[in-house]
Amino acid sequence: MHEFELRVNGQRYSVRAEPRKLLSDVLREDCRLTGTHVGCEHGVCGACTVLVDGKPSRACLLYAVQMQGHEITTIEAVAKDGRLSPLQQALHEAHGLQCGFCTPGIVMTFEAYLKENARPTEAQVREALSGNLCRCTGYHNIVRAILKAADAQA
Amino acid sequence: MKPAPFRYHRPQSLAQALTLLAEENDAKLIAGGQSLAPMMNMRLAQPAALIDLNDITGLDGIAEKDGSLEVGALVRHQSLADSARVKEVCPLLAEAARTIGHYAIRSRGTLGGSLAHADPAAQLPLVAATLDAEIQAAGPRGGRRVRAREFFVSLMTTVLEPDEIVVSARFAKAQPGERYAYLQFSRRSGDFAIVAVACVVRGKTLTLGLGGVEDKPVVLEGLAAAQKPETIARQARETVQPVETPRVPALLRKELVEVLVKRAIAKCTNSN
Repeated sequence: MHEFELRVNGQRYSVRAEPRKLLSDVLREDCRLTGTHVGCEHGVCGACTVLVDGKPSRACLLYAVQMQGHEITTIEAVAKDGRLSPLQQALHEAHGLQCGFCTPGIVMTFEAYLKENARPTEAQVREALSGNLCRCTGYHNIVRAILKAADAQA
Repeated sequence: MKPAPFRYHRPQSLAQALTLLAEENDAKLIAGGQSLAPMMNMRLAQPAALIDLNDITGLDGIAEKDGSLEVGALVRHQSLADSARVKEVCPLLAEAARTIGHYAIRSRGTLGGSLAHADPAAQLPLVAATLDAEIQAAGPRGGRRVRAREFFVSLMTTVLEPDEIVVSARFAKAQPGERYAYLQFSRRSGDFAIVAVACVVRGKTLTLGLGGVEDKPVVLEGLAAAQKPETIARQARETVQPVETPRVPALLRKELVEVLVKRAIAKCTNSN
């Protein structure tokens, strides 16, 4: 067992876990932040995407013990004071989700992506979205929502 | 889908990492972990210990040195794809890095990890072999440089000794007027390539790198660029000896080599 401190969404969490415990599991079970969803557990589906020092990363391909000294951001920190972020608002308005299981991963991916690419083309959005699997929407409305969020933020 | 137990080490210097690597039994180095962690989750890999290289400073630089581009082992794929300097002096490297996995995978995966992992279908080993890059390794007996073309031995196997660590790679800078193309065919966006082709036209000579075809990158160099693309593509097709796998017959890989080589040459010719 290792005892260490994690910084998640600006808060400190004391964690006692084996080194093999995945960040996705520590976030859900130890930090009680269940917004990060666990899908495939081998980096394919993108549902568990969180930000590590602002960069999107698969939480299922990281061990929580590695994250000491790093800042983790999860879906729980995206809405501020009860207000959705422009991206979340756009997903809501453009019907960019149905069951919602993949949505936290998509939001985290594009919260980072839109910071680095303020005015992406539709092709660029589709390329960046290719790492997040959605089995409900067929993607069109997600793409529309992301472009709408980019417009709103520009 | 949970990894087996392992001991975890987080060295603060390369020297510490080398000591740990020498002392530990059955240890694996971890940098980005984008290949190792899935293999561990699926228990295809069960190392007794992980040595995490992410805290080691000085391994994440991109710098021009002695007429070449030196890239540190901890440089992430997304940094290669986005770096203005890489795009300018080694555009093939940036172009290929852009196609690796997905955005989140690229944000974490590293150059050193990809080279040491030596997946025969991966982009960076292919580019390193095509551009005749030099790979710098550190070890208890000191450092050594290995040409990428000699570094890859076979499937997931390199000349690295178990106690050595990749620290950087040096890529030749593109020469004025040099043209390049990187093309790959995969079933889905972000999958490993079934066949990948890197093509460089420098003056009158053309170099081809073929990935995903054999158990390591294949390089055909010194080809006359003046030949018809069809002739070069046919030659590439006849030279390669693709692996036969249940889902991808060798014949399909040969076909893809021919088609992609033709397209890659056309892309070079049209990008004057």
